[in-house]
Amino acid sequence: MTTETAKHRELGLTDSEFALIVEKMGREPNVVELAMFSLLWSEHCAYKHSRKLLKQLPTEGERVVMGPGENAGAVDVGNGYAVAFKVESHNHPSAVEPFQGAATGVGGILRDVIALGARPIAILDSLRFGELDSVRSRHLLDGAVRGIGHYGNSIGVPNVGGEIYFEAPYEHNCLVNAMCVGLAKTEDMVRAAAAGVGNAVVLMGALTGRDGIGGASVLASAELGEGDEAKRPTVQIGDPFEESKVLECCLELLEKGLLVSLQDLGAAGLTSSAAEMASAGGLGIDIDVARVPLREADMEPFEIMVSESQERMLAVVEPARVAEVLAVCEKWQTGSAEIGTVTDNGQVRILRGEEVVGDMPVAALVDGCPLYDLEPGEPAGWIYGNRATLAAGISAEDELLALLAAPSIASKRWAFEQYDSVVGSRTVRRPESADAAVLQLPESGNAIAVAIDGNGRRVACDPQAGTIEAVLECAQNLACVGAEPLGLTNCLNFGNPEKPATAWQLDQAVSALAETCTAIGVPVVGGNVSLYNEGPEGPIYPTPVVGMVGELPDPTQVAGSAFAKEGDAIALIGPFSPTFAGSELAKQRGALDKGLPRPDVAAVAAACAIVRDAVRAGRLASAHDVSDGGLACALAECAIGSGLGCRVDVQPLRDRGCSPEDALFGEGSGGFLVSGERAELEALGGVLLGEVGGTKIEIAAGDRSLVVGLGTAESAWRSLDERLDSPV
Amino acid sequence: MIWGVLQFPGSCDERDALHACSRLGEARLVWHEERDLSGVDAVVVPGGFSYGDYLRAGAIARFSPAMEAVAEMAAAGAPVLGICNGFQVLCEAGLLPGALLLNESMRFTCRQVDLIAARDALTTPEGGQVNERRDQEGERLSIPAKHGEGRYWAPEEVLDALEANGQVAYRYAPGQNPNGSARDIAGVRNEAGNVVGLMPHPEHAVDPLTGSTDGLRVFEAVAAAGAPA
Amino acid sequence: MPRARVLIRPKEGILDPQGKAVERALPALGFDGIERVHVGRMVELEAEDPERLAELCEKLLANPLIEDYEIQTL
Repeated sequence: MTTETAKHRELGLTDSEFALIVEKMGREPNVVELAMFSLLWSEHCAYKHSRKLLKQLPTEGERVVMGPGENAGAVDVGNGYAVAFKVESHNHPSAVEPFQGAATGVGGILRDVIALGARPIAILDSLRFGELDSVRSRHLLDGAVRGIGHYGNSIGVPNVGGEIYFEAPYEHNCLVNAMCVGLAKTEDMVRAAAAGVGNAVVLMGALTGRDGIGGASVLASAELGEGDEAKRPTVQIGDPFEESKVLECCLELLEKGLLVSLQDLGAAGLTSSAAEMASAGGLGIDIDVARVPLREADMEPFEIMVSESQERMLAVVEPARVAEVLAVCEKWQTGSAEIGTVTDNGQVRILRGEEVVGDMPVAALVDGCPLYDLEPGEPAGWIYGNRATLAAGISAEDELLALLAAPSIASKRWAFEQYDSVVGSRTVRRPESADAAVLQLPESGNAIAVAIDGNGRRVACDPQAGTIEAVLECAQNLACVGAEPLGLTNCLNFGNPEKPATAWQLDQAVSALAETCTAIGVPVVGGNVSLYNEGPEGPIYPTPVVGMVGELPDPTQVAGSAFAKEGDAIALIGPFSPTFAGSELAKQRGALDKGLPRPDVAAVAAACAIVRDAVRAGRLASAHDVSDGGLACALAECAIGSGLGCRVDVQPLRDRGCSPEDALFGEGSGGFLVSGERAELEALGGVLLGEVGGTKIEIAAGDRSLVVGLGTAESAWRSLDERLDSPV
Repeated sequence: MIWGVLQFPGSCDERDALHACSRLGEARLVWHEERDLSGVDAVVVPGGFSYGDYLRAGAIARFSPAMEAVAEMAAAGAPVLGICNGFQVLCEAGLLPGALLLNESMRFTCRQVDLIAARDALTTPEGGQVNERRDQEGERLSIPAKHGEGRYWAPEEVLDALEANGQVAYRYAPGQNPNGSARDIAGVRNEAGNVVGLMPHPEHAVDPLTGSTDGLRVFEAVAAAGAPA
Repeated sequence: MPRARVLIRPKEGILDPQGKAVERALPALGFDGIERVHVGRMVELEAEDPERLAELCEKLLANPLIEDYEIQTL
């Protein structure tokens, strides 16, 4: 084996993959070609281990405008408007350099939405780190939140929602999933497919430098080992100012009808965008690297093709209109250059001036990668360990306070106040005021709601049940603000799929995702997979993160999550039947184990419809989904948000077979905590629990009854403010 | 009244300001390269990150042709309102005293805050200029603040002069100062009173659906404060 | 072309939270006996006419109200 041949292994290709490339090319690939194949055939770009599974997902529906395969998904929100959205991960870069990793994650997802011709109108983020007593996790949290804030605030897109969780299995491999939502007139949306043989290929945006060479793709196709410090030079640096100029430029170009198609440059840079544009159009493409505007003069052709310099977009333009395109780029002070041509020979050709330095079949690059079957093997028991942080035998009051203060449950005000949540004047519900973000669409006359929800620990307990819960959680959050789900995007964050346990988790989760989306009639319009999230201590919890967009007709009829007034009745709507298994309480008691009850999807969906319609009709004063920490925490959150106490009896849950403790702190799908006129709540089929009033949270629960002052509960729930401002 | 809202590369809240101004009159965006602002009666320099906040916030935007025109209009007594980054631009341009520094917390902070307007900073409901008010304090306004570099600073003698001259237009209510600004100053005006700058964002407090509507009072005051150019 | 370096630092007496934060973090990292930390900016450039650098600093590179600057010819 010569040194030349061994190079493919360094780039992450197996011997058989290399042999396949040689076969498809009819010869050995040169340096440029090898670099390009290694990136496009990496797990990150090719989805080698997940593509077969993902075919199960339902992707069609009458409201779908763009489905998987485009830069982002899009759904019809009525009146000629469409909402584009997608969630993507930037886990590995963020674990190495959290500020830039998270910032460029936001930058990348913004460009995916811009590439459809949609103006970004919101960002949401789902973050997971190790426990807060770890210096590393504090550092990653701090950097990621600052990075997300820096990028989103600078470019003027509001961050309207998200979630942050802290669990030991994410200590080495944090998760940073960023979601973007954009708005466009349906008829103005643009696709990625290159079209028109002879058309010009124009590169816009920042200069091309050595950022991230071998970056995202290489990092994501291997587990992070001891030597990951050396990977630091491959992290990309983001410039939101450049992106804001590129954004305005692209939108103006689209408005003027100057672009045939548009694609953003993300992982694998020019390599993937050029190849994918050609592939989508069934054509070929010539790229002349000598015409690419460079930041560093001495870059080699393969470096130019694999550079992951940020804030760049690729467009196909009719030759007669290229001058106009360059002029608009000039106005917005963003770079531009005609760098290639659309051809009809089905090849991706890389030129350096007159010289051909790479010539590959499009089909081989984009679709030729072998897809692998998983070899799932269900683990015998619980593989993630346990750590008790709560003594047994403490009072119910102390348990409630411990749960409210749990970093995964406590108020995330420390984080979301670092984000601009109001720019754009659309935000009807700001973070932590309702269960989903609500954005008004004056141009369309209605509004949308957006939620992002992931589930790691409970998916680890039971991948099927846990994944079903994640989807239902999103739907429930949308229902609480009167929104009907239109579409779903997902990010599947898992460990090494070549190991049987992870393969089993992934297999179970995807089939549950497919089944649930089909059952509730919500199509999957796009998503992302992040594998190999595994460190020396083992894999992360299997973590599907779901983002949903829903529509509501009247933004003035949106319930908040907190109680509204003294004297209102409090009730429970839905088939909520909580259990201890997999709960935050179980975690704190060190009692996590396999197994969760399977949710009744149909019953939960029915409850969503009831709550949604009731909110739209103004029949509910407040609506809040019961999730982490169970009913007691949900009640406390409603009370704290309103400054009003409550007097409640959980007997109705005990009548469903729950022990007092499960009734208080057990978790599971299908619980809506609502308040309003007693007669209204009864008419909706709600089970009465009590009423709003006083200055305490009083819950009668047999031998676990509790009374906690509102001020005490609030201090616990707001404890992260001070904790995150102090050293570890 | 024709409002002109400046737009620089990197501006974020210009469209929001445009919508706010449109509730009070006609409004249009003014591209930063425009040198001729005849036809514009009142100017808003909006929030955002003009030129990426590179070098210093507002340091580059202040040299634009549009800002040259704004300086002339300001000298002639036209109403000029600088919001957040706009306030920073006006300070860099020397149209307002002082400077805006990094928040004491060193973090960007987005939060609804209460402001106390100076007793004569706002207009009466009938739209006239007010010199006497029944209450001792000025009006209390609820307006979102969102910035990373909003700590107002000026040398002590300048601060004393501002207070003596009634040039402190807005102060953060007690306990509401989000950035460590000297003397809780949220906004100042020039001696003539036609140029006003404040860090919080009144353009995000004009629609009951998205928050309070107290921001409209700030725009009304600006409109009444200056003589149109 | 002659090269120059401009150092820009916050004026004495103005609160410099970045400098303070750095100073406070140092002992925990094992660095004792370090005081009066200030964080500023550095601009490097090539100037045809070095005589104009002071004007450039006064007008753009520094804000004389809150910053001091120092020009080093290289």
